[in-house]
Amino acid sequence: MAPGYLVLRRGRFSARLAVGPLLVRGLLALLVLALSALALTLGRAQVTLPELVSVLGGREQGTLRTVVLEWRLPRVVAAVLFGAALGVSGAVFQSLTRNPLGSPDVIGFNSGAFTGVVAAVLLGATSYVALSAWALLGGVTTAVLVYVLAFRRGLSGFRFLIVGIAVGTFLSSLNSWFFVKAEQQQALRTAVWGAGTLTRADWTTLALAGGAALAVAAVLPLAGRWLRQLELGDTTAAALGVPVERAKAVLVLLGVVTTALVTASAGPISFVALAAPHIARRITRRGGSVDLPSAALVGSLLLLASDVAAQHAISGVVLPVGAVTVCFGGLYLVWLLVVESRRS
Amino acid sequence: MPGLSARELRVGYGARDVLPGLDFDVPDAELTVIIGPNACGKSTLLHALARLHAARGGSVLLDGKDIRRYGAKEVARRVGLLPQSSTAPDGITVHDLVSRGRYPHQSVLRGWSREDARAVEDALRSTGVLDLAHRRVDQLSGGQRQRVWIAMAVAQETPLFLLDEPTTFLDIGHQVEVLRLMRELREAGRTVVAVLHEINHAARYATHLVAMREGRIIARGDPRDIVTPELIGTMFGLTARVLVDDVTGAPVVVPDEPIRPA
Ligand SMILES: Nc1ncnc2c1ncn2[C@@H]1O[C@H](COP(=O)(O)OP(=O)(O)O)[C@@H](O)[C@H]1O
Ligand SMILES: [Mg+2]
Repeated sequence: MAPGYLVLRRGRFSARLAVGPLLVRGLLALLVLALSALALTLGRAQVTLPELVSVLGGREQGTLRTVVLEWRLPRVVAAVLFGAALGVSGAVFQSLTRNPLGSPDVIGFNSGAFTGVVAAVLLGATSYVALSAWALLGGVTTAVLVYVLAFRRGLSGFRFLIVGIAVGTFLSSLNSWFFVKAEQQQALRTAVWGAGTLTRADWTTLALAGGAALAVAAVLPLAGRWLRQLELGDTTAAALGVPVERAKAVLVLLGVVTTALVTASAGPISFVALAAPHIARRITRRGGSVDLPSAALVGSLLLLASDVAAQHAISGVVLPVGAVTVCFGGLYLVWLLVVESRRS
Repeated sequence: MPGLSARELRVGYGARDVLPGLDFDVPDAELTVIIGPNACGKSTLLHALARLHAARGGSVLLDGKDIRRYGAKEVARRVGLLPQSSTAPDGITVHDLVSRGRYPHQSVLRGWSREDARAVEDALRSTGVLDLAHRRVDQLSGGQRQRVWIAMAVAQETPLFLLDEPTTFLDIGHQVEVLRLMRELREAGRTVVAVLHEINHAARYATHLVAMREGRIIARGDPRDIVTPELIGTMFGLTARVLVDDVTGAPVVVPDEPIRPA
């Protein structure tokens, strides 16, 4: 009966989709495609659109093919995939903590991952895989620690946020202390990891990350249903039959896995997780409710745009994408402050 | 044995037992009202009956079976609970909020059946908020908002319906509206249990009254039989006269002086 909904029913299957967010998702997907195409054509070797089409259609051999498929495409796919993962992660944390500043950055995941890398470097690790593994270990350990410390007869979103900030700040100062004390070589190696970049994206990494992302995508419908109910408050959600603590544990796991996926493959990338759900909420006009697919698509768009800017904004200089997202994020926060203060 | 009952139910927080061992059969197809002083364990009892709190001892039986042996959604299809406070997400519409009451009947693949659509529409209509369906909840008045929350619980379509202080914070006009709504639910064949603070409303609308104090039930029955000056004294430490309303026959409590210095 409600206008603005598309109802699908076939046999025992039924679904109700809000038309607004559906249109937004379609539009965002188109934008992601367009920006991807742009990213594939830009670079030292200019590729025209017809050339791009023929490469993607498999009708092209030689250098052009290598440039597009081996050099540029993995990077574009990485940006889309990792951006989406960050968008989902941010949406989940913001909804769980009922706080627009909830994100894996804020609850200390990235600081923990960084501490992991610091430990690895101190232990003499040099390979990228070893650094990634240590980053994962650090991030996941931090998340578990925060979860356990915040748990008291159930997980309270607010305490989760506060404990996360406290632990994250502590680890950050530990990391800074390392930079002050470390030898130059060690500090450099850590700093390179800490910049966050998509340069290392290759098809092997992407296949692994893609597999994990598919697993995550499979849980999203269930996660979205839980989040919608948890928005009503823990007691009401429980009264409606949501296994509240189990749902929260799974959701935290989901947020951590999505962040870990990105951090392990690309290093820490800030602000996408924070900003993507905000922007998605604004354009879907869904108020407090999250639309996870929209958040994912906005995340893709943000990271893709940041990476294009990182490579081509200043000619001859390639910045780490993490540096660009930090700038974008800073601007976004300033803009948000201005908008919010004008409203109140 | 159909229905809901508590057997030597013991529930508490931390070191303290709030309900030290309580027996209670929810009377079938009645409008039961629970009254009692603040912090005597009314909410705790409702939560335990809906399996939101684990029992430390004793049990809650739902249709003769220990409630712990049901799945979360199974319980939510039989027992509905409207808590004392809930949060509505910013900008949510009435229809969207009421739809969320269908959760226990849905699954990932069964997201919006014809039954869901019908139940939501019925709930909106029977609570008188059908006209508000596309309004934003945060733009409604307090009375309208409370009816929307009740509509959400009505859409759950449970035979048993527990409401925790549904009239608190409403003016008397809206209070009576909610009380009538509860009476209609009962007349439609549901079992309703509500916690109320306003004792004269309780005495007027309850078909069964339960008086609690410090985690125990100290009196229960027809309000006309059990509402006495002694009961009011024991429960609230208050001297009061109990008059009889000559129109409805319901007892009316008029407080006098406190027994203890206030
Ligand atoms: N989550 C909780 N944690 C600790 N104590 C609680 C909690 N909920 C209620 N209590 C305590 O249990 C007692 C009974 O509370 P409650 O059942 O809410 O009373 P009522 O609804 O009758 O006012 C109170 O003393 C209250 O402080
Ligand atoms: Mg209470």
